[in-house]
Amino acid sequence: MSRPESEAEYLARFTPPSVAGTSVARRTLLRGALGAGAAFGLPPVLAACGGGSSESSSTSGAGGSAAAGAVSGALKLGSNESDPVPKKAVQDLVDAFMKANSGVNVAVNTVDHNTFQENINNYLQGKPDDVFKWFAGYRMRFFAAQGLAGDISDVWAKLTGFSDAFKTAATGDDGKQYLVPIYNYPWAVFYRPSVWKAKGYTVPKTLDEMTTLAKQMQKDGLIPIAFADKDGWPAMGTFDILNMRINGYQFHIDLMAGKKAWNGPEVKKVFDTWTSLLPYHQADSLGRTWQEAAQSLQQKKSGMYLLGSFVAQQVDKGQDLDFFTFPEIDPAIGADAIDAPIDGFMMAAKPTNKAAATAFLSFAGTPEAGNAYVKADPSNVAANSKSDTSGYTAVQKKSAEIIGSAKSIAQFLDRDTRPDFASTVMLPQLQAFIKDPKNVGSILDSIESQKKSIFTS
Amino acid sequence: MTVGGSDYPLVNPAAVAEPPAGGADEGIPRGGRVRRLSGSDRVVVALMVVIPTVLVIGLVWLPAIATVVLSFARWTGVGGLDTIEWVGTTNYVNVFTNYPPFVPAMKHNLLWLVVLFIFATPFGMFLAVLLDKEIKGSRIYQTALYLPVVLSLALIGFIWQLFYSRDQGLINGLLGTTVDWYGDSSVNIWAVLVAASWRHVGYVMLLYLAGLKGVDPSLREAAQMDGATQVQTFFRVVFPVLRPINLIVLVITVIEALRAFDLVWVINKGRNGLELISALVTQNVVGEASRIGFGSALATIMFVISLVFITIYLSTVMREEER
Repeated sequence: MSRPESEAEYLARFTPPSVAGTSVARRTLLRGALGAGAAFGLPPVLAACGGGSSESSSTSGAGGSAAAGAVSGALKLGSNESDPVPKKAVQDLVDAFMKANSGVNVAVNTVDHNTFQENINNYLQGKPDDVFKWFAGYRMRFFAAQGLAGDISDVWAKLTGFSDAFKTAATGDDGKQYLVPIYNYPWAVFYRPSVWKAKGYTVPKTLDEMTTLAKQMQKDGLIPIAFADKDGWPAMGTFDILNMRINGYQFHIDLMAGKKAWNGPEVKKVFDTWTSLLPYHQADSLGRTWQEAAQSLQQKKSGMYLLGSFVAQQVDKGQDLDFFTFPEIDPAIGADAIDAPIDGFMMAAKPTNKAAATAFLSFAGTPEAGNAYVKADPSNVAANSKSDTSGYTAVQKKSAEIIGSAKSIAQFLDRDTRPDFASTVMLPQLQAFIKDPKNVGSILDSIESQKKSIFTS
Repeated sequence: MTVGGSDYPLVNPAAVAEPPAGGADEGIPRGGRVRRLSGSDRVVVALMVVIPTVLVIGLVWLPAIATVVLSFARWTGVGGLDTIEWVGTTNYVNVFTNYPPFVPAMKHNLLWLVVLFIFATPFGMFLAVLLDKEIKGSRIYQTALYLPVVLSLALIGFIWQLFYSRDQGLINGLLGTTVDWYGDSSVNIWAVLVAASWRHVGYVMLLYLAGLKGVDPSLREAAQMDGATQVQTFFRVVFPVLRPINLIVLVITVIEALRAFDLVWVINKGRNGLELISALVTQNVVGEASRIGFGSALATIMFVISLVFITIYLSTVMREEER
């Protein structure tokens, strides 16, 4: 691609990857301002970037498509994968599709990750691309319920290799499917085997064992649990796993749906357990990014780190890195629920080229598509269980194993509940808890009271 | 005055009072309804009035009114206007009673204003006065001090992150401390204010320097002839003469404090000790599944606060003009 397809992409060229996370704010703000205008009838910003797809090459017919018949024409794909590695992964997947369907010309419209998320409302209400990359869970159901996403139940009817957990995660409130999963990744406790071997540590099976291990690590001069919450979301992963271990998966999902009280004894117990673990967490976490915390694991200054498998990007390219699911806390509940967020492709409510969009989504659900994607981005595992795992890294193999053995899979706090509740209530309140754990009573009362004001609609 | 009603003694009242009895076109050139503008002039004037009015109404007043109206609603921003649910003052009640970040945000905006007003602005003025002395290398100092103004606040946030980072930052590295500059909610607002002031000082300096260059040198000479010291000359003569510039600097300080946003947004999206009203508005309005109504209520509160300053400013300017 010699010429940038969109303004965002053009601007992104000036931003080194290390800065990308921070320096976009001004642009984001600008787009937000324009987006606010779009709510009042101005043309949406993102859709305007969608142009530039070239005329379809008319040499159709040669390559038999994977699922649908021969289709042709231009297909526009909106992608939020603006970082180099996943961006290439999307392109590889698209290339694989175009190889199989030579009649279709796919134009990828890549938008900065956060900008895409913040503008999704205006994007979907304007002229969205035919297919777009998005997340499973509440974040998908919300837009499906508003009629902003296309029903792809017909595509799902022909897909194979997905477990029921994936189908549920791709299903909207009306029982129809709206998303084709591409990949997912587990949240687990990561550690460096070389350190653990040298010190003689073993993987803890219960919370007590974990606490004992943490005490030992402190004695050995290590920070037991690396921790960072400057951006607010990593602490959600800690809350999720503790809640699922203490109160179980179903309670967690009900709590996320606003059906349970946050100031009840169940959630209180979660925070009490967290408080007891906080002394073993890396101090001053609110000023640290996850990358910096991961560096302490990389430098062997900390013993373990609860995070998504994308931590492998920061630690030795995934070498000398192993992980285990968070240990059991209540034997009656067990340890078979994890957070394993699923990403995939969705279809616009009114795609311009529905035949090509359907063909693309059918292809995206095949094992080959998953292979093509995770080969380029090895911090994830392919969603399709029939995908070829022979080329997997050690981290990928273990990820697939852990996800496969998990009985219940949650998406992540900000994907399982209302986005407004997650970002404007939970995020600052979890930070408030980390800042002053003694205040947990009033923090939980405040969460509950704010929850009621948000969930009433 | 006179019985005839004419103010001009040399004009015979009877001749003036009698309008010409002829056709209408005869009276036009000299009568009361003199046409000073040609047709094209009228079009130009009309356009000059209409276009800015439409722009101001369309881009400023309509959105502002829409914000106020929406602040009484609950709306996700998805779907048509018929999906708006009117909830009265619920959003305002929630802002004041059920939204922990609101009070800190108000405090921080106020603190921002106070710090800029008490430290940054006077310091910028001081630097301007120094640079006005034509000291050696004045250009270099000017450039160095003005450089931060050219940078966007977002970039400034990033630059200072290199200083402030707890584990990898310069300050902790040099001092051997482990202060969590951006993360500890009791120090981060001050850390940010240093960065914001760093930029504001350069801005004020340049404005003030421009003003100082415009002061008539004979005023200073006269003051010196009268035996005034440098300090006296500045405070008794130059400062009062610079009243218009002072007013602009003051207004800019207030505006900077009210619109403070980019810096905290870059650092941590305005959370954990860095809450600002503008950041809260953005958190609530921008984003997926946004709380348009709630965010609008916050924006309206900010609008009211701004109105107070705008009113003070306008009334001062108008009083100035009357004199």
